[in-house]
Amino acid sequence: MEQLIVTLVTFDGAVNWTVGFLTTVSIFAILALALNIQWSVGILNFGVAAFFMVGAYVSAVLTLPAPEGLESYVAGWGIPIPVGWLFAMVAGAVLAVLLGIPTLRLRDDFLAIATIGVAAILRSIANSVEGLVNRSRGLNGIDGFLEQEVSGGGYRWVELAIALVILCAVYWLVTQATASPWGRALRAIRDNEDTAKASGKNTVRFRMGAFILGSMLMGLAGAIYAHRSGTISPLTFSDLLGTFFVWTMLIVGGSGNHRGVVVGALVVGFFWFGTPLIQESLPDWLGSRVFQVRQLLIGLLIVAFLLWRPQGLLAERDRVSRFVSQGVDGDPGDESGSLWKRVRSSVSR
Amino acid sequence: MGLTLVFGVLGIGDFAHGDKMGWGMFLAFFVVSAEGANLGFAGGRFGSLSFGWGLVVGLLVAMIGVALLSVILERLVFRRLRAAGGGFFVFAIASLGISIMLRAVIQLIWGPSNFRYTPGIHPAIEILGGIKVKPDQFFIVGVTVLAAVLLYWLLYRTRFGKAMRATSDNPDLAEASGIETNRVRIGTWIVAGILGALAGVMLGLQAEVRFDAGFRLLLPLFAAVILGGIGNPWGALIGGLTVGIAQEVSTQWINTGLKPGVPFVIVIVVLLLRPRGLFGQVR
Repeated sequence: MEQLIVTLVTFDGAVNWTVGFLTTVSIFAILALALNIQWSVGILNFGVAAFFMVGAYVSAVLTLPAPEGLESYVAGWGIPIPVGWLFAMVAGAVLAVLLGIPTLRLRDDFLAIATIGVAAILRSIANSVEGLVNRSRGLNGIDGFLEQEVSGGGYRWVELAIALVILCAVYWLVTQATASPWGRALRAIRDNEDTAKASGKNTVRFRMGAFILGSMLMGLAGAIYAHRSGTISPLTFSDLLGTFFVWTMLIVGGSGNHRGVVVGALVVGFFWFGTPLIQESLPDWLGSRVFQVRQLLIGLLIVAFLLWRPQGLLAERDRVSRFVSQGVDGDPGDESGSLWKRVRSSVSR
Repeated sequence: MGLTLVFGVLGIGDFAHGDKMGWGMFLAFFVVSAEGANLGFAGGRFGSLSFGWGLVVGLLVAMIGVALLSVILERLVFRRLRAAGGGFFVFAIASLGISIMLRAVIQLIWGPSNFRYTPGIHPAIEILGGIKVKPDQFFIVGVTVLAAVLLYWLLYRTRFGKAMRATSDNPDLAEASGIETNRVRIGTWIVAGILGALAGVMLGLQAEVRFDAGFRLLLPLFAAVILGGIGNPWGALIGGLTVGIAQEVSTQWINTGLKPGVPFVIVIVVLLLRPRGLFGQVR
C-alpha cells in the first residue's frame, strides 16, 4: 500500500494507478451487472462472493501447469486461458442450478440465506480440503491472458483493455437480454408474479434462467480477476468485498438500470480503492483506522440510499418494450422511482 | 430465538442479529475488562465459575444496550422503510448494511484482536461416566432454559404476547382490533435484543470474544430458525440444539475445517424435504 501511495506522487504513478483502478472497477462492474440481472427478477443473491470465487478457482486450476513441490491442487492441465474463462462460466451456472433447485420455488428469503451460506462453505472447503486448491496457501503464478506475448510494462494497458472489452460485451449482452421479450417477462415477474403466472409464464423457469445467466457472468468476472491478480486465496473472496461491496454498487448506482450500475461501480469503487490514497494525509487517529471507517461508510451508504434515494443515482426507466413509446404508461419523464413503488407493493405482500 | 421472533413477528430477516450478539458480547467485555474495573465492577468469582459480579453487571448492560440499539434502528431505519412500503428485500438489504456498520464500529473501538472475559485456563470437572464439563457450561445451559421458559410465558401468558402473535399473523387485522402494532414491534425488538445480547455474552463465555463471532454464527442461526420453523421459538430452541449437536458430532467423520458447512447442508436438506421446518405451521 505504501508503495502505491509513493508511486502516485509522480505523473506516471498516477496513470498507472488509474489504469489499475479502472481494470478492477471493470471487473466489479461485471459482477454488479450480473447481480442486477438476478435482482431484476427478485432474486436476492447474498453470495456473490461464492460465484466470483468458483469462477476464479476453476479457471485458475485449469490453466495452471501441474502442481510442483509443496503445491497441491486438482487439474493443472495448462489449457488456454479463454477456455478457462468458459469453464468458469459453466462452473458458475452449475452452482446456480444446484442452489436454485431447492430454493427458487420457495420463499424469497431462503435463497438469500442459502447463498450467504454457500459462500461460507466454499471458503471453508477451499481452506481445509487438501489437494483441491492448495488450501489457504492459495494459488500463485496464474498467467494473465496474452501476458507472454506482451513485453515489459505495457501489459497493464492490455489488462485494462481486456477488462473493458469484456465489460462492454457483458453490458451489451445484459441490455439486449433486458430489452428482449425474455427481459420483459422477468420484469413482469418481479412486478407482479401472480399476473405473470396468469399470463402463462413459468415463473420458476424464468427466475432460474436469470439466476443462471447472472451466475455465469459472476464466474466470468472471477476468472478475469484471477488471471489479472495472478494469485488468489480463500481470503480474497470475503463477504465484504465479494458480496456487500457489489450490493452497494447496485443500490447506489440504481438497481434495475444497467448504466446506473456501472456508474455505481465507478463511484463506490473510487471511494473504496481511493481511500488508501488519502490515508497518509489524514491525522494519525483516523489514518490508522481508515479501513474500518471505510467499512462503516459502505454500510451507511447502503442504508442511506435505501432511506433517501431508493432508486439510486440513475433510476430505472419505466418501460414496456422498446417498440412501445415511453408515453404509453403516462408521465414519461417521471424518473422518481415509480417502478420502485410497484416493486415494493409487490414484495410486501 | 431472538432471530426467529423478529423474523416471525416483523417479517424481517435480520441479518444484523449476529452482529448485535457481537455487541452484547463486547458491551459485557467492556464492563469486565480493565476499563470496567476502574469503575469498580470487576473482580470476584462465584464458586467454581470463571466469573463474578462483573459479568452479571456486564450482562445487564449488554441487554439494555442491545435492546436500545435495536429500538433506535427500528425507529431510524425500519419504520421509515415500512412506511415507504418496503418489503422483505428492502429490509434484508438494510439489515445487511447495518450488520456491516455494527461490525466496523466494534473493530474501531476494540480492534481486531480476540479477548476472553477471564484470562487463564478454566479446568473442567468430571461428572457421570467420565464426561467433562466446565462449571460455566452448566451456567450457560441453565440460563438458556430460563430464557426459554420466560419467553414462553411472555408469548402465551401475557397480553403483550397475545398482541405479538396477533401482529405476526396479520398486522392489519391486529391494528384494526386496537392493538398498537408499532408498540408491539418495538417490544419485539427489545425482547429480541435482550435475547441476542444474552446469547452473545454466553458465546463469549464459552468461546472467545472476537469482533466477527456474531457474524460467523449467522448461518447456524438461520439454519436453526429454518429447521425449527420460522417464527416458532420452541422450534428455534430445538433447531439450535440440533444444529449445534450435528456440527460437533460431524467432526467424527469429516474434516474439522468443514464444520461450518454442516448448518448449510441442514438448511438445504430441510428446504428440500420440509420447507416449513420441523415445527412450522402452514401459512
